[in-house]
Amino acid sequence: MSLLSVRDLAINFGGVRAVDGVSFDVEPGEVFTIVGPNGAGKSTIFNLISRFYQPSAGAVHFDGQDITAMRPDQIAPLGIARTFQNIELFEHSTVLHNLLVGRHSKRKTSWIEDALFLPSTRRAELEHRQRAEEVIDFLDLQPYRDKMIAGLPYGVRKVVEIARALASGPKLLLLDEPASGLSVEETQDVAFWIEDMQKDMGLTILMVEHDMSLVSQVSDRVLALADGRPLAMGTSAEVQSHPDVIAAYLGVEEDAA
Amino acid sequence: MRIHFKTDYQQDIRLFEDRRETIQYLLLIIAAFAAPFFLSEYFLGEVTYILIWVLAGLGLMVLAGHTGQASLGHGAFLACGAYMQVILLEAGLPFLAAFPLAGLFAGVVGAIVAIPALKMSGIYLAIATLAFGIMTEDVIILLEHWTGGVEGVFTPGISILGFEIDRWATPDRFYWLCLIVVIAVTLVYKNILRSPTGRAFTAIRDSEVSARAMGVNVAGYKTLAFGVSCFFTGLAGALLAHFLQVFNYEAFLILISIQLLLMVVVGGLGSIHGAYYGAIVIGLLPVLITMARDFISDVTGAGNFTIPGLETGIFALILVGFIIIEPLGIYGRWTKIRIWLELFPMARKDMFRRQKSYLKTERMK
Repeated sequence: MSLLSVRDLAINFGGVRAVDGVSFDVEPGEVFTIVGPNGAGKSTIFNLISRFYQPSAGAVHFDGQDITAMRPDQIAPLGIARTFQNIELFEHSTVLHNLLVGRHSKRKTSWIEDALFLPSTRRAELEHRQRAEEVIDFLDLQPYRDKMIAGLPYGVRKVVEIARALASGPKLLLLDEPASGLSVEETQDVAFWIEDMQKDMGLTILMVEHDMSLVSQVSDRVLALADGRPLAMGTSAEVQSHPDVIAAYLGVEEDAA
Repeated sequence: MRIHFKTDYQQDIRLFEDRRETIQYLLLIIAAFAAPFFLSEYFLGEVTYILIWVLAGLGLMVLAGHTGQASLGHGAFLACGAYMQVILLEAGLPFLAAFPLAGLFAGVVGAIVAIPALKMSGIYLAIATLAFGIMTEDVIILLEHWTGGVEGVFTPGISILGFEIDRWATPDRFYWLCLIVVIAVTLVYKNILRSPTGRAFTAIRDSEVSARAMGVNVAGYKTLAFGVSCFFTGLAGALLAHFLQVFNYEAFLILISIQLLLMVVVGGLGSIHGAYYGAIVIGLLPVLITMARDFISDVTGAGNFTIPGLETGIFALILVGFIIIEPLGIYGRWTKIRIWLELFPMARKDMFRRQKSYLKTERMK
């Protein structure tokens, strides 16, 4: 059974049909990538899965459960974590603090226990911190552990976003353009991390990405979108050579004859 | 500069950073408890008053400093606590029961006010809470049956397990009572900050979208922040009732709410220290102004003079000054000075230049 199943998803913004009848299934343990030109509706699909947008038609099932009517804050506890294209970190906090907020969906204590800092809170807190440190180790964030986000360079912020999503111990990770604005070396790091997350941690990853070298390196399957509609699905090579995809990116040559 | 080698996760959740800090705070607490032995009665009264303001400031700090929700009507919750305390004591409840209940009442009112406030943010929330603050005095006058209307009320004395506490007869005991309450509330505040609840608050402050994606129930935590904030402020109101002994609606004019906000901004938003520094400034400023006025009239021989609105004017100037020169308040300035001293002579000129932050998406709000 597939982990995430998207059926006939559609949304209108005014007269614009941003996503129009998109269906796909993400199998457990695979890296599934959505590609497409700007405005194709890739990030909109992410926001529909995270429940920030209300779809006008269609349904999203996760782990056999219909999540189309849930509140946005009910998504993370199911095991879906996400990053944002434009970096939405907690600016006035340290890296460690950001990762700990990432573990919010795993909180076990009530606010009264927290206010009195009972032994249960202390135990839970130690566990949160251990998990956060494991993620810091995995993504090589040790030098920035106690640094404020506001003072960090862009590349590090991108990694902290992935770290914060990973800290919640998700089953499904939604990565919204993890390599945008990164240097070649940083992109390569991201590629290795994605492979490690898939192979060693057994994570399922749904990714939106423009960097085709990264896409072809890590993706098991690729879905190409244009104007909110699916164009092609298959391996990276199949999608890249698909005539409709080439047409969407480069335009169609007018036949002079 | 102190560098902490971390070997244990406990180190990050301790109340105090290291042994030096622990000793510093212990000495401060001992000095605070010993204050009645070396302060004159007048100054002890002033310090008690400052402690009550600290408590009210801690309440507003939870909301404005850590959850990012401005409130210009916090004086209303001070009034809730004060009047409830009098009503409960007159109903015959012992102080130990009435005091937390008065705070709780303010907390519940705060949580109810939060429900419409959830739909607003920024300037709109400020306007709505301002309206709530302005309403307070009229509501107090209208509820004459409970609040004594324009006449006001008398606060009964305090008796804790046979100990009689009175602001005038035993100012030292009243001071200790306030001190213990302030320390207890500070501890609770610190506990909240080092646990998931406090992290959810700061997450809402920094990015609501992101907080939601992390599984924070934004509406729920905002309501909780309002409740906790108003609970603290309500406790301050109850103590204020005992401090004033006789009071009416004039103790809760809109100016009080604005002074409270001024206090947390001047002290430094987003830090517990800020509530303390702000309360000290606000508490001591009127004393300093009086002293300065006496000094000027002595030197110039002008005799006693009064300038209407002088105090309000000076408060306003200080607020404007802080917002322009040091938005992080006294605590922020002090942190910079401390780091400069610790690094001396290695501090760099541009170390505290504000970092350019990247544009955040507003699309999903």
